[in-house]
Amino acid sequence: MSAWFLAFATLLLLSLAGALWRIWRGPEPADRMMAAQLVGTGGVGVVLLLAAASDWQMLDVALVLALLAAFAAIAFVKAQSVDGSGDPEEDPVSPAAGTDPTTIQPGRAPDAR
Amino acid sequence: MPADIVTLVLCGAGLVFFFAGTAGIIRFPDTLTRLHALTKADNVGLGLLITGLAFQAPDWQSVGKLVLIWAMALIAAGTTAQLVARSALQQQDTSQ
Amino acid sequence: MIDGTASDIAATGFDLVLAAMILGAGLFAVTVRDLFGAVVFFIVYGVFVALAWLRLGALDVALTEAALGAGLTGVLLIGAVARLGRRTGTQGTDALSRRSAFSVRSVSQIATMLVSAAVSVALGWAFLSLSDSDGLRAGVAANLDASGVSNPVTAVLINFRGWDTLLESIVLLAALIGLWSLWRDDDWGRRPGLRQHARADGVLAMFGRLLPPFGLLFGVYMVWVGSSLPGGAFQGGTVLAAVWLLMMMAGLMPPPMVTSARIRAVLIAGPLVFLSVGIIGAFAGGFLGLPPAYAKPLILMIEAALTLSIAATLALLVLGPPGGPAMPSGPGDAP
Repeated sequence: MSAWFLAFATLLLLSLAGALWRIWRGPEPADRMMAAQLVGTGGVGVVLLLAAASDWQMLDVALVLALLAAFAAIAFVKAQSVDGSGDPEEDPVSPAAGTDPTTIQPGRAPDAR
Repeated sequence: MPADIVTLVLCGAGLVFFFAGTAGIIRFPDTLTRLHALTKADNVGLGLLITGLAFQAPDWQSVGKLVLIWAMALIAAGTTAQLVARSALQQQDTSQ
Repeated sequence: MIDGTASDIAATGFDLVLAAMILGAGLFAVTVRDLFGAVVFFIVYGVFVALAWLRLGALDVALTEAALGAGLTGVLLIGAVARLGRRTGTQGTDALSRRSAFSVRSVSQIATMLVSAAVSVALGWAFLSLSDSDGLRAGVAANLDASGVSNPVTAVLINFRGWDTLLESIVLLAALIGLWSLWRDDDWGRRPGLRQHARADGVLAMFGRLLPPFGLLFGVYMVWVGSSLPGGAFQGGTVLAAVWLLMMMAGLMPPPMVTSARIRAVLIAGPLVFLSVGIIGAFAGGFLGLPPAYAKPLILMIEAALTLSIAATLALLVLGPPGGPAMPSGPGDAP
């Protein structure tokens, strides 16, 4: 079985080359960030397959990757906001609005489906 | 062994979804569609992979960890997709 | 492994692809003309390097790389690019491409490349000329019973080579003091980092409430498990730092005042406990020598204190100096 898992892991790793291409190409910073997100998720998958192929203790590494997967993206959206420390769901005009919980921008409600 | 066959089929299916996500990030025309493609396809792929590998897990502790990994990945993907998409929308608004 | 040859071939194939991906990510990180793109390549590179450590059987290092390389360092570098863009009034991309037009810069770039290549060749030569020895593995295994723990990495880090770890924890503290000494004088007394805020009922704030319980649990688990399985103070501390940073970035709690005595006590707790145990050990036999009978509780005590110090130091390093115009009230005073 471990040969199968390693073969799957190799294929999964190869598919991440597409993400590398997208990071190179851009064009928007958001494209680059989400391609990194893809590498993160794919990386978790590769770790899981390696764990199945050799040592289940490796699951902890996958857990760390999954736990910290969102951090870079959060730092990114913060950096993209007006004053570099906001939240894209806030009122984009006045960055300080977010500290007031009653401020809700019409049409930008996060739960609108 | 039937468990091995289930594992291989589920992992193979998971891999197909990962490839679909990669195809999406390469081929889709704009930022928001690409975002949509990869956050969904990838996490289905990871879920199938985890379901398949759970049949091989040596103990229940590892199954628990596998489930926790998928839960964390889903929460992270849902959060980042929402935030990055809205950030990208705002960048489009300001550049126009 | 039951099916020997097939899995050997698959393993070789995997290693070759992984090596290509690491080289590719590294090469792209230095050649891409967009600063943010370079940072993203660096984060991706961290994921691949963590995989490489796994293939080498170094789970402890893989954990550290996953937490630091793919996690905290990414946050730090993204913040740095953003700060750079705001300070120069341009996007990072323009600043980089404009400056690289100067010939002085390209000469220095070529020189850097040559030096890096020379170092790589020297390292490769040193590696290939190594004799086929197991290093100190046999010695560590023979003395593992006396170390108080069953994870050889933890035994080396805290017990056999406690010196290195003690000095490393002090280096980390020195780095933070160095960063603090770069603050502008009138910034002293302000909270570190930018004035973080987020929509109180938004996705980010919800994530900031949802993740910390899992993160705290996992950070403590990482330290506890370090005595018998891969894990330890650095890995656990990094996870705890990330959780703390997330709560600050989600606007749920303000960054700490660097002038507060409490945060400073946490910062020095690790090196202080480590050093005290070492000095007490000096009277009982040797500096930093842990008596086998008490080794396990002592190691756990040192690791617990180190974890808190590492977590606080890393978080404050990532936060950096206060940014933006001076605010009369503390930033992020929302509940």
